[in-house]
Amino acid sequence: MTVALPRPDPSPPRRIVTEVLSRADRAFRRVTTGAGLAMLAILAVIGFFLIYRAGPAFGTSGFGFFTTIRFDAASGVLGVLGLLYGTVVVALIAIGIAVPLSILAALYITEYSSGRLRGFLTGLVDLLAAIPSLLYGLWGFSFVGPKIAPVSQWLTDNLGWFPLFAHKDNALFINSMFIAGLIVSLMVLPITTSVIREVFAQTPPGEKEAALALGSTRWGMVRTVMLPFGRGGIIGGSMLGLGRALGETIAVSLLLPQVPEITTHILQFGGSTISGYIANNSGASGLALSGLMAAGLVLFVFTLATNFTASVIISRSRSGAGVDA
Amino acid sequence: MTATLPRAEAVARRRPLAKRRPASTTPADRLAALGCAVSATLLTWFVMHLLLTSPGWLADLLVAYTLYLGMLYVVTRDRLGRLAAADRIVSTIVVTGALGLLIPLLLLLGYIVVAGAPHLGWGFFTHDMSAVGPTDPVSATGGLHAIVGTLEQTALTLVFVVPLGLLTAIFLNETRSRFRRPVRIMVDAMSGLPSIVAGLFVYAALIIPGIQAGVGLFSYNGLMATFALTMVMLPTVTRTVDVVLRLVPDGLREASLALGASRARTVWSVVLPTARTGVTTAVILGIARVAGETAPLLFTSFGSISMNTNPFSGPQESIPLFVYHYVKQPLSNVQQRGYVGALVLIMLIFALFALARLVGRDRSKRRARRTPNRTAQENR
Repeated sequence: MTVALPRPDPSPPRRIVTEVLSRADRAFRRVTTGAGLAMLAILAVIGFFLIYRAGPAFGTSGFGFFTTIRFDAASGVLGVLGLLYGTVVVALIAIGIAVPLSILAALYITEYSSGRLRGFLTGLVDLLAAIPSLLYGLWGFSFVGPKIAPVSQWLTDNLGWFPLFAHKDNALFINSMFIAGLIVSLMVLPITTSVIREVFAQTPPGEKEAALALGSTRWGMVRTVMLPFGRGGIIGGSMLGLGRALGETIAVSLLLPQVPEITTHILQFGGSTISGYIANNSGASGLALSGLMAAGLVLFVFTLATNFTASVIISRSRSGAGVDA
Repeated sequence: MTATLPRAEAVARRRPLAKRRPASTTPADRLAALGCAVSATLLTWFVMHLLLTSPGWLADLLVAYTLYLGMLYVVTRDRLGRLAAADRIVSTIVVTGALGLLIPLLLLLGYIVVAGAPHLGWGFFTHDMSAVGPTDPVSATGGLHAIVGTLEQTALTLVFVVPLGLLTAIFLNETRSRFRRPVRIMVDAMSGLPSIVAGLFVYAALIIPGIQAGVGLFSYNGLMATFALTMVMLPTVTRTVDVVLRLVPDGLREASLALGASRARTVWSVVLPTARTGVTTAVILGIARVAGETAPLLFTSFGSISMNTNPFSGPQESIPLFVYHYVKQPLSNVQQRGYVGALVLIMLIFALFALARLVGRDRSKRRARRTPNRTAQENR
């Protein structure tokens, strides 16, 4: 309802269309920007302090820090190569197990299950993500490890000619990098599954229906439409999972003996990762502590690089444009 | 898609064409699958136990599964053709993959409950470990100090995370600053920050200088743990809230702005109330994550065996640290204490998760109720 009032002035003043900020608005903008920049600041400060504290270690070992396997502060030998090798091997094993499984699970959730089951499974993936790493480690250490040891034994006895399955005489089969990778793969599953599921859910229904209408079976539709469409998301999700697996700490620190070494015998007792090694040596001081900081810095840079690449791949691919990975 | 021409004898054998839905199974399909399963089991038993010595049940399972797949392929190919057979095989494998999600979870839960439940008594919730010796029975374990520590540290973490996370998410969604892109990238990067690095950072930046300078506030205590946990929880909460805020319809915002409300007013009175359930869910899931986080605490709150109700001074225990310390002990009597703690931890996580689902469900139920009305209107 408008009531026409007699205008006091024949020509109304021109309205300014630009946004005029009230005081509350200006405060709002300042506060939110401050919060956003605080995030940037925190990350920068983390990097700075790690570099600052890692200084002595780099000073002692120089570039040799990246090429030395042994990590022994007492004798002044600091090297991250053995730790880094273990970290990467465990993460790769984990990804190798987790990615095929999560592609299958994501396919089941998006294509094969129906209404109610779909909600239940999505909740299940969230629940898997909420279970602490500590409990996975505990379970792997006391339940899975002894159960897997006979399998490793069998693999060695029958396929020992293959370098990965070989072992030294009298070596134990518990606390191996293979078991650690298996447990870490369970921890990576939720993130890879949820990213891949989101990607699959975004497949254009028109293309799926077109494939089915042309007489394709469901597998034909998945193979020709969903997998090509979701390829970017699958790669990105796997790399995000890799980032998680690299930084996984407590489970690995419980499972592995944490002795830096480079070995291809993944089935036998041995192995170490950066994060697990740091956790096991949390009481260190002096040069050892500085070495730990340097190792932490290497891990930090490694994970950041992996995550960045993953985000870029996901957001550039056709399927992942709207996915919040 | 390749079309192959049917060979002459194939044409002769061909049944009359029937309408087939790719996703449905008929009773005959189910019967064939059951037959394959039974014969695969029997054949496995025959080969692995009568002809050979089986190396273990896992080998049996693998052989039986492979046999089942092979038989199913051959049978379906004979009944329905090559394409349908491939489809059936893939469906079976996909279902197996989905079971791969469920089985570890069930085993994990079962193991922790079986290991911890016999020794869990009320005593766990009423006293700490200072008066309990290593040779005392497992049922004498007390975890009150750990529970208090977890509660205090989580509450303090929330004090930091909720305002900062909410504001950052609002910054990402509701403002048009040019820093949005770098901040979003940084939040993404930070969510992949290994938690041990967060602990290491607090140790390097606050605790070492604090101890050297003799400042009581900056040494091993609950507050330092809180800082490390904040760094772990902040990106998770920010990103989830960001997603939730994005779901608020733009129409609501525009309506509010058109009525003359300022941007701050719009966020406070329109956007946040609309997104309330989603934000609550995000925060609860963040709590669940933080409550089980162990790695950063090793460097920051350090752990103790007696009660410390003051998070601002002195080492403090929390449930994950409690579990971690006891599980690493060599005596099995002492190790058992860790399993009791693990059971309590998993009960806490489950309670939080159920709460999050409950809060989240409210919204979906309301939406479900609204949807039929809308379709009814559209039909009219």
